[in-house]
Amino acid sequence: MANITWKMEDGSEISADVKDGLNLMEAATANNVPHIEGECGGCLSCATCHVFVAPEWLAKTGEIDDIEDTMLEMTDVEREDNSRLSCQIIASAELDGLVLHVPEPE
Amino acid sequence: MTAPIVIVGAGQAAASFISRHVALGSEQPLLLVGEESHPPYQRPPLSKKYLLGELERERLFIRPLQWYADQAVELRLDTRIDTIDRERRQVISSNGESIDYDKLLLCTGSRARTLPAEIGGSLDGVFTLRSIDDIDRMSPEFQAGRKLLIVGGGYIGLEAAAVGRKLGLEVTVLEMADRILQRVAAAATSDYFRDLHCAHGVSLHESTRLARLLSDGGKVCGAELESGDIIDADLVLVGIGSIPNNEIAQAAGLDCANGISVSETCQTSDAHIYAAGDCCNFVRNEQHIRLESVQNAADQGDLIARVLAGEKVTYTALPWFWSDQYDCKLQIVGLNHGYSQTVLRPGVNPGSQSIWYYRDQQLLAIDAMNEPKSYAFGRKIIEAGKHPTAEEVADPSTDLKALAMG
Repeated sequence: MANITWKMEDGSEISADVKDGLNLMEAATANNVPHIEGECGGCLSCATCHVFVAPEWLAKTGEIDDIEDTMLEMTDVEREDNSRLSCQIIASAELDGLVLHVPEPE
Repeated sequence: MTAPIVIVGAGQAAASFISRHVALGSEQPLLLVGEESHPPYQRPPLSKKYLLGELERERLFIRPLQWYADQAVELRLDTRIDTIDRERRQVISSNGESIDYDKLLLCTGSRARTLPAEIGGSLDGVFTLRSIDDIDRMSPEFQAGRKLLIVGGGYIGLEAAAVGRKLGLEVTVLEMADRILQRVAAAATSDYFRDLHCAHGVSLHESTRLARLLSDGGKVCGAELESGDIIDADLVLVGIGSIPNNEIAQAAGLDCANGISVSETCQTSDAHIYAAGDCCNFVRNEQHIRLESVQNAADQGDLIARVLAGEKVTYTALPWFWSDQYDCKLQIVGLNHGYSQTVLRPGVNPGSQSIWYYRDQQLLAIDAMNEPKSYAFGRKIIEAGKHPTAEEVADPSTDLKALAMG
């Protein structure tokens, strides 16, 4: 279990306890986090679950593989050094307290 | 009291419509009617990880059941709508209940085409693949050593073939056209997937017509081909395309032609009725098309919520698709209808390549096999309306990112 917080650009926040093994795109849609769509269900084809990871958490969220790295080029809001596709971050106790910033497309 | 917006069909288009409607803060109440007993779920994993047993059912659901209640969306599952009464603005369910609508959204999807009963289509052990319930019925039969016969070499059949091999079944695929994927892809893509399946031990027969399925006391036991050859089978999966569920629309007098005809705002020929997803037919680049894909269903559902909220938007989304077979991830962007030539771009790794479809000098679509760069940058290239030359694309040293951004 990990408590995850999503912070929106308007300053609002959503926090939820997420079961181990679920990815954070699924967790976001289940908890009604805006702007996280996850159209492809997490198979790295749509880039609609883009988040910015709070820098101090970046190492704990794991490595970016080649496919994710490529798909991050397709996000609506341009990628930054702390960009991830949240379908590739898997909940575990290690991530308890993780903060994600949700970009808002134009 | 204003009648609700009624959504008929609880699939991906419905879920996407509801999400956008809620996100826009629209006040009008929603009522979702679904024929299955499940809230909207993802269908693509059915023929992949769900059939393989690697994904729990709960994870198929696009939103948890509680979410609909939290958004004040009324759900009527296990309910089939038989009639639309356009005069009274009501839909009538098979148990005779009338439901008033202010606006009606038809997200009725499509259904799997079946083989006629005269040639064994309704024998025990013959399956089609479309719903959670279909998989739950067939997956106990997917046991190592059994003989699985797949009729139809399209994406559904090939994905199921890959699952069958992974689970240790003997798999035979029959395709009546001269190559698998003929309806949807170029010969080069068919060649790639033929090699992939043959390398994994699938017995693949193209230009091969089924005469009939054979019965052993009401249960399927094999197939007779038109050539007279017999193939043994313990179970049969029929993957020969799908049919749009447009009967209630047609009976209500809405314009239909291979699906429910809709405008660029997904409006049907009745201004109070919209349609989205597999069930509808729309015009793109002066062609009438019907798409069976998550992208199309989700984007059209989303668009209708925006239209009903007063936004001036039209449907122009670029189509994309994907398929997973063994270790190959196929990603497709664009529509290849009417292509005149294809260009093969070699990939960086073994087993990776992409096929670029052109009509004359115009780039239409890309099939990318384990080649996400071709998919991602190709998508940007198409969206930007750029048309790199065949020579540029075929040269593996061409930097696609530079082409896309340049």
